[in-house]
Amino acid sequence: MAQVVVVTSGKGGVGKTTSSAAFATGLAQRGKKTVVIDFDVGLRNLDLIMGVERRVVFDIVNVISGEARLNQALIRDKRVETLSILPASQTRDKDALTKEGVQGIIEELSKDFDYILCDSPAGIEKGALLALYFADQAIVVTNPEVSSVRDSDRILGVLQSRSKRAEEKREPVKEHLLVTRFDPVRVERGEMLKLEDIREILSIPLLGVIPESESVLKASNTGTPVIMDGESTAGQAYADAVSRFLGEEKPHRFIEAEKKGIFKRLFGGRAA
Amino acid sequence: MSWLDFFRGQRKPDSSASAAKERLQIVLAHERIGRNREDFLPKLQQELVAVVARYVAIDPGKVNVNLDRGGDMSTLAIEIELPAPAAMRMAAGAR
Ligand SMILES: Nc1ncnc2c1ncn2[C@@H]1O[C@H](COP(=O)(O)OP(=O)(O)O)[C@@H](O)[C@H]1O
Ligand SMILES: [Mg+2]
Repeated sequence: MAQVVVVTSGKGGVGKTTSSAAFATGLAQRGKKTVVIDFDVGLRNLDLIMGVERRVVFDIVNVISGEARLNQALIRDKRVETLSILPASQTRDKDALTKEGVQGIIEELSKDFDYILCDSPAGIEKGALLALYFADQAIVVTNPEVSSVRDSDRILGVLQSRSKRAEEKREPVKEHLLVTRFDPVRVERGEMLKLEDIREILSIPLLGVIPESESVLKASNTGTPVIMDGESTAGQAYADAVSRFLGEEKPHRFIEAEKKGIFKRLFGGRAA
Repeated sequence: MSWLDFFRGQRKPDSSASAAKERLQIVLAHERIGRNREDFLPKLQQELVAVVARYVAIDPGKVNVNLDRGGDMSTLAIEIELPAPAAMRMAAGAR
């Protein structure tokens, strides 16, 4: 049986798609058979971040409507053998997704994969609800910023009341906090919420902290999930988070501001 | 960062992040309670106005409901503008 993992947040633009791509790639790199599904119907983007945009033929809506078989729509990654991508539709709207349709897809994928990652759209409407409905685990992506924390709290409430596990009164969805776009310098200056504050407010286990990093944009420019950039702080932080997800102990890195010498302070140093 | 801060080196954290934390804690405490319950304020307002209107002729457009969600205490202020005495007498006389 596959584990269904939703990457969600409520708020848009916090790093769900970046994190979905990184996690899916990281899990697959460790030999787990992984498929990542883009639930953002109408605003497909995971294909670009994964670098497979030119290979999209069919999408999730085609599969649900019976226009294509699941196997035809799945794109196999060329870099990591055990990784597949199921793209979202760009032309249809989110009403094209149905609970029965999604259930069918997840049941079929469960036979062949260890992990099914669901990249949720923003909001708490249909697309987002469907992305989290079948989840066994949830990665809640949060930025150190008031509206993002509030929306994460909201989505935690939804996970606890409207997921399939909640409706069937089974063991609740396992929740993980992933803080992204974390800027230790601004935290130190008191301009950004501290890690402990976010943890205290949301009170779910911390899976990882991904620093704000220029390499994320670079990675998206080339369609290479940032976890493949082993040089970058963000890539390394994602790799650590994947390890923790798989049960390894890893200390958190990149959460303290680098002590800068006078030269760097004068001329500025940028995060890699 | 101003040039003064630069020479001061490490600064004391300013308060904007702690304000963020405090505000979040308060608003979330309230939202978590209300999450599985319908917003009762519109109905409360309707019923209150109906009760007051049984005694005084009021203009439903001149009712103000204000809620201030606090950490230890919240206040609900309902302000109903009553008509001038002349208008009230007329309304009473008409009954
Ligand atoms: N750790 C990070 N450092 C810098 N930029 C980031 C980071 N994570 C995400 N971003 C940027 O934030 C934007 C939104 O990210 P995305 O993953 O598309 O968010 P979402 O899927 O939640 O809408 C993108 O431009 C992305 O490059
Ligand atoms: Mg996205």
